[in-house]
Amino acid sequence: MVDFGGWDMPVQYSGIIDEHNAVRNAVGLFDVSHMGEIEIRGPEAGKLTDYVTTNNVAKLKTGQAHYSGLLYEHGGFVDDILVHKVADEYFFLCVNASNQDKDFEHIRAMNKFDAQVDNNGDRYAQLAIQGPKARATLQKLTPVDLSAIKYYWFTDGEVAGTPARIAHTGYTGEDGFEIYVPPAEAVRMWNLIMDAGAEFGIKPAGLGARNTLRLEAKMALYGHEIDASISPLEAELDWIVKLEKGDFVGRGALQKQKETGLTRKLVGFEMRGRGIGRDGYEVYLDGAPAGWVTSGSPSPTLGKNIGLCYLPVAQAQPGKSIQIMIRNQPVDAVTVETPFYKRAK
Amino acid sequence: MYPENFRYTKEHEWVLVEGDTGTIGITDHAQEELGDIVYVDLPKAGAKLEQGKSLGSVESVKAVSDVYSPVSGEVLESNPLLADAPEKLNEDPHGVAWLVKIKLSSPADAANLMTAADYQTYIGAEK
Repeated sequence: MVDFGGWDMPVQYSGIIDEHNAVRNAVGLFDVSHMGEIEIRGPEAGKLTDYVTTNNVAKLKTGQAHYSGLLYEHGGFVDDILVHKVADEYFFLCVNASNQDKDFEHIRAMNKFDAQVDNNGDRYAQLAIQGPKARATLQKLTPVDLSAIKYYWFTDGEVAGTPARIAHTGYTGEDGFEIYVPPAEAVRMWNLIMDAGAEFGIKPAGLGARNTLRLEAKMALYGHEIDASISPLEAELDWIVKLEKGDFVGRGALQKQKETGLTRKLVGFEMRGRGIGRDGYEVYLDGAPAGWVTSGSPSPTLGKNIGLCYLPVAQAQPGKSIQIMIRNQPVDAVTVETPFYKRAK
Repeated sequence: MYPENFRYTKEHEWVLVEGDTGTIGITDHAQEELGDIVYVDLPKAGAKLEQGKSLGSVESVKAVSDVYSPVSGEVLESNPLLADAPEKLNEDPHGVAWLVKIKLSSPADAANLMTAADYQTYIGAEK
């Protein structure tokens, strides 16, 4: 167990590689109850949500979710979040645990609309069932037809007789579901899901495997790929930035960045030499420091050591020879195409 | 689980003293906390080790950790098994996956380390 922003969190159960492989090949169960939930309600709930996020909320249909950025005026990230449209006047935001209070204060400060913002992390426990057998596992416990929930859609239904928000979302690069349930039901739900998945070889999975899985899929982690000093354009998250949708917090800064050009960009790498380029290690180009590693790890799926780093924009493309300073020794690596892993559909 | 003839550190290393030779490793508790081990970096023969100072590192999927020498001395041999099979450290940390053998410069060093019973109390209390 480790202390993670005040939460006692399991890094691993049976071992990161074992848990990682269970998610890629069968199914894994994560307790991600630490994630925060912020709810926006009221006649102008949609307007407020759209104003504080980068993606286009007007495009969301009821029952649909999308990934988005919560930005400061200067274009850096307050947080990265999932926005769920529950109803025209009700939006449900899933946010990072360590950012939830900051996010809440930020959204409230920007609230010039007829909308109410509530910090409701205490009302929800979240379990993530991920892997090719995730649907078969969860289907045994719910009357909701899970095959009818499209990717990045959700529905309010029941799991094992308890009201649950069932979302076809995840942070592993694998198919799967995330369910939001009352905290008092979480332990019972966990045990039922473990039983339901037993025939498929379900394994409990911790923060360690969550990190290796999301890294292979090149999904950003706040505090690593993104933070207050990084814009979504630099983090290669252009696809969640909808400049044409109208005014939103950070829009001016992003527009300007687009006009003047970026100086740095996120790019993937693979180690060539022996070692693992980890978070914070310096990256060298032609013998001079040029950037830094945001995340690095062995990739259990690929059997290679992979990572992500920031480099000057001209060099942030696949096929560049780089060196990563690993405990004062330069070790060879090469930039590569990402994502490192993409599931077969 | 924890051999009676070993001595243990708070940083989860062990040493087995036999005459003026010491064999050094990390404990079962350490390997369990680290998880899947992927690299082991060890000093070469002839390197001088000082009690309490880093002798090398063990890297797992999630992080790199320094290994501190429980005793002072000169490296006679580092375990050749671990370069190609670092996972042995997860399987048998008190046996085949020892890290280094050294010639002790002050055999009394081990006297200030924990016994197996003390160490088990220590890790029990740490949890």
